[in-house]
Amino acid sequence: MNAPANLKYTKSDEWFDPASGAMGISDYAQSQLSDIVFVELLVDEGDTIEAGKAIASVESVKASAEIYSPAGGKVSAVNKDLSNKPETLNSDPYGEGWMVKVESGAEGDVMDSAAYEKHCEERSH
Amino acid sequence: MTYIPISPKERDAMLETIGVKSLDDLFEAVPANHRFPKLNLPPALTEMEAMDELSGLAQSNENVRTDLISFLGAGMYNHYIPSVVDHILRRGEFYTAYTPYQPEISQGTLQAIFEYQSLMTALTGMDVSNASHYDGATATAEAVNLAYAQFRGKRKKVVISPTVHPQYRAVIRTYAQGMDLELAADNANTDLDSHPDELTSLIDDNTSLVIVQYPDFFGRIYDYTKLIEAAHAKGALVCVVANPTALAMFKTPGSMGADVVVGDGQPLGIPMWYGGPSVGFFTTRKNFVHKMAGRLVGETVDNRGQRAYVLTLTAREQHIKRERATSNICTNQGLIALGTAVYLSLLGKAGLRQVANLCYQKAHYAAKQLSQIDGMGLCFTEPFFHEFALCVGRPVEEVNAHLLEHGIIGGYDLGQDYPALKDHMLVAVTEMNSKEDIDTFVEVLSEVSHD
Repeated sequence: MNAPANLKYTKSDEWFDPASGAMGISDYAQSQLSDIVFVELLVDEGDTIEAGKAIASVESVKASAEIYSPAGGKVSAVNKDLSNKPETLNSDPYGEGWMVKVESGAEGDVMDSAAYEKHCEERSH
Repeated sequence: MTYIPISPKERDAMLETIGVKSLDDLFEAVPANHRFPKLNLPPALTEMEAMDELSGLAQSNENVRTDLISFLGAGMYNHYIPSVVDHILRRGEFYTAYTPYQPEISQGTLQAIFEYQSLMTALTGMDVSNASHYDGATATAEAVNLAYAQFRGKRKKVVISPTVHPQYRAVIRTYAQGMDLELAADNANTDLDSHPDELTSLIDDNTSLVIVQYPDFFGRIYDYTKLIEAAHAKGALVCVVANPTALAMFKTPGSMGADVVVGDGQPLGIPMWYGGPSVGFFTTRKNFVHKMAGRLVGETVDNRGQRAYVLTLTAREQHIKRERATSNICTNQGLIALGTAVYLSLLGKAGLRQVANLCYQKAHYAAKQLSQIDGMGLCFTEPFFHEFALCVGRPVEEVNAHLLEHGIIGGYDLGQDYPALKDHMLVAVTEMNSKEDIDTFVEVLSEVSHD
């Protein structure tokens, strides 16, 4: 399992980069969902979002899931390429698979990578 | 599938668990005098007597096959139904109370739905079709939901042409309750002569959907290409409510650029019954498939490489989305959808076009003859398909009562929905109306005008 140390994580498996304001789903989330076949972003550039609100809807061959924002703020960019290439979430969840960027994001209920790794480990037992 | 009810032993165990002695104890809460009402029934009849009694009652019915000539349409049409349709519908494999979907045991049902979907996309010129809705009205209302979801509720306006079926518009109003939507142009008191392109002035950046009908409620045929272009320029979607028979003859809404094409499948081999059940078709572009309600059957291969059918997508339904579901149809109008698929397969492209052409030619003959009656006349001058508004110069109710005395069901009373069209009836003509039927209709109406 891969959880970069520079990112913050939520219990519901989203990541947030405090430096860039980017957010997405964790490596653990993409591996649990398996092949992702559909992504719909639920926010637009310019929207103001709150931490804990849905920012995207994701469907894999196994499940349908809602992605919740790990931080609040004003949306400065959305990754429009995702809807055409949903598999990016599987191949590069922390890079090309970013979903939304916020300006001066206020972190919601997040934890560091060590705590998140522990959280994932506990669930896999 | 086997259905195994509980055994007496299991029942007793359950009763004991909840602490009652017998099933009757569960009904204690119902007052005793309401528990077993006394039915004041006549003495029992033998089968022979009952059959006699019931056929006697049935004989007092009059129907459009053997007793009456009908010129009534307005959403349901009297077409010929080849007997094969009914024979296939009544096969035990299909004629069940509920549609099984498990691919292991229902390849026949799934393939039938797949064929239905393929036929509907061919007819409408669209990419995808779902497995069907209840009827045309509910399918149309679902287009509002699709557009609402597409813009995530941010666009609050839906422009509905006043010449969309009044009952469809009523269903949309019901669906839109609580959605905080503005339904623009949905007004029967507007100028019904105005060209649909004039709706363009109502389409703005807040508009999610524009709904028009093809042919419109008065049977008129318009090319909506320009209107659709104008709507797209504002980012709005367009839904075309179509008569499937007409689609065999005229340009498809798909080729005009429509985003959603819906309609009622009844004209395709389904009886008028008492106004239902029917089937609503719903077709759209591939990029909106995740916003479509209901379900979609797809073709795939099984683990032995054989062609197989499965439920491919049910993007909005509760068994997939749980508490986030935005639709709770879950099933489809399976048997009736199958009926339309059988009808279309049987007639084929050329056959359906022939039906459409017969309707068109006969309706135009009827319109020409009727418009020559003193005091009567066609209400509109635009091209029409198989239905037209006729001014009869006196209350339609009165005229229809007179027609019925001559074994004719007259047209729909337009004054009910459009105050400006008081004394106007909507006349529908199909391949079922012979030239003699039409001539009789004209003759009886001429008598009325001379009264």
